[in-house]
Amino acid sequence: MELKDKLISSFIAFENNGNVDLDSAVHAIRTKAIQNFEAEGFPSKKDEEWKYTNLKSLLRQDYSLFNKGENNVDYNTIKPYIISDIDSYNLIFIDGVFNSFLSETTHDESDICVLSAALSKPKYNILIDNYFNTVAADKNSLSALNTAFTNEGAYINIPKNTIVSKPIQILNFSTGSEKNVLIQPRNLIMVGENSHVQIIERHQNLSKNHTFTNAVTEIFVNKRAIVDYYKIQNDTDNSSLIDSTFVQQKQHSVASVSTFSFGGKLTRNNLEFQHEGEHITSNLNGISILNKNQHVDSHTLVEHKFPNCESHELYKGIYADTSTGVFNGKVIVRQAAQKTNAFQQNNNILMNDGATINAKPQLEIFADDVKCSHGCTIGQLDESALFYMQSRGIPKKEAKALLLYAFGNDVIEKIKIPQLKTIITGLIADKLGVNLGFDL
Amino acid sequence: MLKIENLKARIGDKEILSGINLEIKAGEVHAIMGPNGSGKSTLSAVIAGKEEYEVTDGTIFLNDENIEDLSPEERAHKGIFLSFQYPVEIPGVTVTNFIKTAINEGRKARGEAELPAKDMLKLIREKADLLEMDRKFLSRSLNQGFSGGEKKRNEIFQMAMLEPKLAILDETDSGLDIDALKIVANGVNKLRNKDNAVIVITHYQRLLDYIVPDFVHVLHNGKIVKSGGKELALELEAKGYDWLK
Repeated sequence: MELKDKLISSFIAFENNGNVDLDSAVHAIRTKAIQNFEAEGFPSKKDEEWKYTNLKSLLRQDYSLFNKGENNVDYNTIKPYIISDIDSYNLIFIDGVFNSFLSETTHDESDICVLSAALSKPKYNILIDNYFNTVAADKNSLSALNTAFTNEGAYINIPKNTIVSKPIQILNFSTGSEKNVLIQPRNLIMVGENSHVQIIERHQNLSKNHTFTNAVTEIFVNKRAIVDYYKIQNDTDNSSLIDSTFVQQKQHSVASVSTFSFGGKLTRNNLEFQHEGEHITSNLNGISILNKNQHVDSHTLVEHKFPNCESHELYKGIYADTSTGVFNGKVIVRQAAQKTNAFQQNNNILMNDGATINAKPQLEIFADDVKCSHGCTIGQLDESALFYMQSRGIPKKEAKALLLYAFGNDVIEKIKIPQLKTIITGLIADKLGVNLGFDL
Repeated sequence: MLKIENLKARIGDKEILSGINLEIKAGEVHAIMGPNGSGKSTLSAVIAGKEEYEVTDGTIFLNDENIEDLSPEERAHKGIFLSFQYPVEIPGVTVTNFIKTAINEGRKARGEAELPAKDMLKLIREKADLLEMDRKFLSRSLNQGFSGGEKKRNEIFQMAMLEPKLAILDETDSGLDIDALKIVANGVNKLRNKDNAVIVITHYQRLLDYIVPDFVHVLHNGKIVKSGGKELALELEAKGYDWLK
């Protein structure tokens, strides 16, 4: 049976397993979502938005859709993937199931807990009705699929005027208890007026079995709130990820999403910003460093609908061996969005002939009093810079690594959590196969 | 120290060096002058081992060792230093971290232990003072946003740190005002001793007022067409290069 058919026929069983209240709003949303997915199916290369990312090999596998039991892992197994030298709230999911023993949640000031509880308890009904699947709704068939099977993920509700004292880490582990596993985490994040929160998200496969993750995150940023969201993508070669993140911002808010893609077999990042007010700032940052046969597709959309807003987009890519990158950055400035400042920059280095980057900056501007710019470059490592470093006694391999690090530096500099910056530079050094001998 | 015999080099199909002969002994300063496009910068790049240039004939000996097959970093480890006309900007890597890496890679290659952090810091401060560099400068990203003068001073700072046997200064005077020129020249002079040698590549006599050469060579069309003492530089300043062509 094809994966699509298997998913559709599993839907009723899935809802029964979850003892879903058939009168609930969530049931209606799921039912509509599975219908949408049935109508559209998985995207193919004929779809313009999927021209450079082929899901065929991913969809050919036979996936186990439901986790059969609780798979325990001990702290030491997951420790390398947690930033452990900072005090943080931790939401840890093992094969899509929340692990309360390894996590640290709170209901004190803010709700930092799990979506399954929010979906099932009446006291959360109003929030679920007002927020859940409102910005993600019908955006693409994969987020519809996630909605249909929504079961678990992070539920973060920060009330107004709250500076969350420590970062939140959302960690999704896969134990590979079965040969091919499909996991569909769903995060719902609401940040109240004047509040500030930092979130780090990571997906990690702990086994050699294949994991396919189809994740959806909705983030609501209220007036004057600040959200810093970091995505660490350094998964194994037998892991694929489709991540769809939708950010809705109210006036005077600042939302930043930074994506660090070093690992995984196939990664697709859909990132969308919607503005619902004036004086909003959206920051989109990303670095991809790929080798072997890896594929990362960064698909972003910023839609300016109101005047006096800004967006800053900076994506860097380094591609070696036969890896492929895709950058598709779309900025729309609607007619009402006068005095918009929208900047987009995408720089790429191809390390050798076999590597590929498909870069597509798209600016659609309907307003006449705006500042918009975009720049896209594809180049090779600067030989004279390499020679400069070698002439000082730095071996070629280390010199290359330093130059590549320097190339990505302006993205790394935007990380606001020092310990995370150290982790990211460490991952970059690992990826480039060098020990730079000092903390960058 | 350095002996170059009948050196010919080209880039692509274009021959740039057409048979250079040059011998430099320890303790000496040699100036290489010549018009634009005469091959001065190519000569320095070939000595330092830049791979874009193909050496088609001739040999370069460093202390009687043929260095033909050595990579640029191996040449650096053996004591060759090239000060660049256009130093490269490396954002995110501080002056301190860059020089630390360079020093320790050299020590590693020579089988020596890494320099302890305390000694490194002391050395860095000492050499920065020698070049009258602001301490703040050391924690800035290498060459990023540096003025022309700061870049050149930073080159000589690195030279001071690495203590090369043979230093090649490629147009170190370009982009320097007179005060910066004096500081840089003064730094170079303090680093000179009987065991090392310096090649100064320049268009102008000006730098040679401060770094006084033992020999001056004129390069034209990839060949040394005239050699002499320091007075040759003054003659070139007065007459230009045309009389030598």
